[in-house]
Amino acid sequence: MATAAVPLDEATHAGSHEISFIRKYIFSTDHKIIGIQFMLMSLIFLLVGGILAAMIRWQLGFPNTSMPGGGILPETMAPGGILLPEFYNSLVTMHGTIMVFFAIMPLLVGVYGNYLIPLKLGAPDMAFPRLNMASFWVAVPAGILMMAGFFVEGGHAAAGWTVYAPLSADPEWTGVSTGQQLWLLSLAVLGLSSILGATNYITTVVNMRAPGMTWFRMPLSIWALFVTSILVLLAIPILSGAAIMLFFDQTIGTHFFDALDGGQPLLWQHLFWYFGHPEVYILILPAMGFVSDIIANASRKPIFGYHSMVYAIIAIGFLGWVVWGHHMFQSGMNPTLGTTFMISTLFIAVPSAIKTFNWMGTMWRGNIRFHVPMLHATAFVAMFVIGGLSGVFMASNTFDIYIHDTYFIVAHIHYVLFGGSLFAIFGAITFWYPKMFGRMMNPFWGKVHFVLTFIFFNLAFFPMHSLGVAGHMRRIYDPTQYEFLQPLQPVNTFISISVFLLVLSQLPFALNFILSWFNGAKAPDNPWDDNGLEWSVPSPPPHGNFKETPTVYRGAYEFSSPLVEEDFLPQNKKLDSDPEPAQAAGH
Amino acid sequence: MRRLMATSVFLVLACGGGEGGDGGGGGAAASVAPLGNGTISGVVNFSGSVPANPTIDMGEEPECVEKHGGSPIDPVVVVNDGKLANAFIRVVGGLPAGPYPMPAAPATLNQDGCLYQPRVVGVMVGQTLEIQNSDPLLHNIKAVPTENRGFNISQPREGMSTSRTFTTPEIMVPMECNVHGWMNAYVGVVEHPYFARSGEGGTFTIAGLPAGTYQLEAWHETLGTQTGEATIGPDGTATVEFTFSS
Amino acid sequence: MSWILPPSASSFAERIDFIYYLILVITGIAFVVVEAGLIWFMIKYRARPGRKAQYTHGNAKAEVIWTAVPAVTVVVIGVLSGAVWKDVKGRNSVPPNAITYGVTAQQFEWHFAYAGPDAQLGTADDFSVRNQLHVPVNRPVELRMSSEDVIHSFFVNAFRVKQDIVPGMETVVWFEATETGDFQIACAELCGLGHYRMGATVTVHSQEDYGRWLDEQMTTTALR
Repeated sequence: MATAAVPLDEATHAGSHEISFIRKYIFSTDHKIIGIQFMLMSLIFLLVGGILAAMIRWQLGFPNTSMPGGGILPETMAPGGILLPEFYNSLVTMHGTIMVFFAIMPLLVGVYGNYLIPLKLGAPDMAFPRLNMASFWVAVPAGILMMAGFFVEGGHAAAGWTVYAPLSADPEWTGVSTGQQLWLLSLAVLGLSSILGATNYITTVVNMRAPGMTWFRMPLSIWALFVTSILVLLAIPILSGAAIMLFFDQTIGTHFFDALDGGQPLLWQHLFWYFGHPEVYILILPAMGFVSDIIANASRKPIFGYHSMVYAIIAIGFLGWVVWGHHMFQSGMNPTLGTTFMISTLFIAVPSAIKTFNWMGTMWRGNIRFHVPMLHATAFVAMFVIGGLSGVFMASNTFDIYIHDTYFIVAHIHYVLFGGSLFAIFGAITFWYPKMFGRMMNPFWGKVHFVLTFIFFNLAFFPMHSLGVAGHMRRIYDPTQYEFLQPLQPVNTFISISVFLLVLSQLPFALNFILSWFNGAKAPDNPWDDNGLEWSVPSPPPHGNFKETPTVYRGAYEFSSPLVEEDFLPQNKKLDSDPEPAQAAGH
Repeated sequence: MRRLMATSVFLVLACGGGEGGDGGGGGAAASVAPLGNGTISGVVNFSGSVPANPTIDMGEEPECVEKHGGSPIDPVVVVNDGKLANAFIRVVGGLPAGPYPMPAAPATLNQDGCLYQPRVVGVMVGQTLEIQNSDPLLHNIKAVPTENRGFNISQPREGMSTSRTFTTPEIMVPMECNVHGWMNAYVGVVEHPYFARSGEGGTFTIAGLPAGTYQLEAWHETLGTQTGEATIGPDGTATVEFTFSS
Repeated sequence: MSWILPPSASSFAERIDFIYYLILVITGIAFVVVEAGLIWFMIKYRARPGRKAQYTHGNAKAEVIWTAVPAVTVVVIGVLSGAVWKDVKGRNSVPPNAITYGVTAQQFEWHFAYAGPDAQLGTADDFSVRNQLHVPVNRPVELRMSSEDVIHSFFVNAFRVKQDIVPGMETVVWFEATETGDFQIACAELCGLGHYRMGATVTVHSQEDYGRWLDEQMTTTALR
């Protein structure tokens, strides 16, 4: 396997140039700056998505009452501060859309794919730095298009983030036309950004690993990002294609999804979920990778079963392509297919269990340091287990009859995407913040943020399981309209209050993030005593990353090795017993 | 057509993406002085046997049933003593060139007892149509025009009021409530203010016209259209009669 | 907060509920094992000065166990679920003695079509009732459902029945109510701004009452 075929001189040479501010920080080709740009953008969208969630919960917890501050919204959204049903539907749609496409996905892939892949592999930058810059600057207009939908006549897209046709295909059914079209355009544009990013990540991982960085010495975070990038590259074009078809249905009178004119509504669902299920793994695999790195670091132990962890990532990535039908058990799809998809879906439990037990195995007989990243990583495991187990209920096509489209699925997705992905993101942010910004985050406020988030997250989302078990439908503007849901209203109110507190609990994080950037303690090169290559360079690393291409002698998880005194052994530290890795011939 | 009409995205963005469908339109016409003070008054007759109106199964909405005191009827064809109500009459010929004065008050369309009040309403292009909900339950108001931009809005609570305007003359814009499939209303959008709806007694008046001869058209949702002519003389009045038959 | 399913009133509800409780027990055990293990490890193996973590890269035997156990468990869940699924939703699952009703869903109403005096659905003497489905108890009922506009979903909590209704397709679902009384029908698929209010009622009559109701309806329909 060829490694590190990088013209290093050129890269480091570039670092010594004086570059203009705009080239350095705005239209930068430096993967680290691009990673930070993605981070700021997606954190802003995370905030927007959170505010939308709070508005949704206001309506559900306190239906038909005026929302505090709702008076600033126009008549078409909330006359007298009371949300309208059509605006509620837009909120539900946009909360999902923004969180999935503009917050979680870029945080995992855009930020850390960019930041970590070259640094952890010992490369000076991405394989295609300009393409990389383009991937961010294509994502920005996508975000603007998406936000613009709130300001157009007819309101924003209101057919759910899954935009099921024909509700989404014809303005007649929602009154929304421009909003839905902006939504579709935005995602098509964002898709381009993701494809550019994924191409880059894959190429970089394949071609730009430092000497000695064999496949099975790669950190699990890189393995996860690599498999994720393959999923992105294959899945996103499906969404883009489907979005363009739906856009044509909306604008130029095609009828791909319009049954009344010979189209097929279920085609949309098949296309959407054929993209959508791999997307779910795009949203969790990198999180698993980060958590693996953090748990091994904090436990001061090699990752338990490294190879099976890698194979589990690959298996999950593969299974992601053959399970989309489980979103469609009750859709009118051939019921025999329902059983097929149930079986393939249930098998996801196997690699998931491997990962969970291997994380526990990593902690077993460790010497666990509970730094803030580890708190989040532990919470990830604890919450991912709940999200994974609740998935079994819905994987059963039989019980899915009852809980399909209820709050059970809402609970499930939030345990996976918030309890899972977002806790991992908090872990990753706090873990790599010193490297990215050269400053330490305040650990006390980090712990305050963690404890509050953990408590209110569970108070907000755990009760949703019971709503689902009681048959509470999701995407319902006013649950009190149904007699059988009225007794559940106190639970709804309780959840809403918890969500408000959960949103408020992000304040310490936001302040810690911003203030530490300016006032945090100077970060040493390797604050967590980690083995990864990124910790062998200054914090933050200079343009071009490495003074000279590092040589890798071992995997990333040699903690507490008997070979050395300290309890960590960096990947590039040469011991007398280490042979020189075979150099790439053409180097 | 509706789809083709459905906007170029960038056009909307360039326009700063205004909210709502409000404002716009007849602002310029508001200050126009009346063209005259002549009046056309008339009556709409109905001959033949009156078709029976369907009853409405409103059982799911007790609040609405209560307002009707018994089994509600869908008032498709309303005839009292041979006079037809809910015909929409407008001037179609003989008018001087515009601009025309904008009616001072907004037109209203009320949802009361799960029926539209009135069932037929006229607005001038740019004139505000105020849609009101007098029922303690959800109505949605879906306008299904062919010339204007459609909308679909909801009024989940009693006492709500939403304003909309139309940009293009259209006879008629159907309005429907999808929560209550029986609810239908028709909005006549006219480029001038010389229109009227026949009342319970079949009569109507159109005021503010200068002397002259005018062609008029009367429209009814199931009975089609009739035409008529009226000449306003020096005394400032004219009369016209329309007759619909089943 | 409750993990107990609400009371059921249909013939296959118990079998569906059994799958739920089965999964609840299995996942409950897994939940307790993992979370308790996590907490235990967190406390027991917390960093203390002078300790060093054990240097190990894994244990093949342990990994085989925690791969095989979930694999076998999910196969069991799959097989048991599949059997119930086949009887509830399978291609030929509608019992032959089922009464057939037509269901037309539209924004935001349900129209239930009943066979008229000729007992045949799809003929001129059919009659239709808005937002009210009337069925006899202890008799399988087949719903032939279609949509006028967008996707809706027929959901009756107490019967454990849910089926999407897709425009351009006829979707069929069946159930057999086992208790008389009124039960709520809800739309379970986002269908627009009135989705939250797209409810209806299914009234389960005793056999005699059902006959009486049917006669009554046919006379009033005939009068119209």
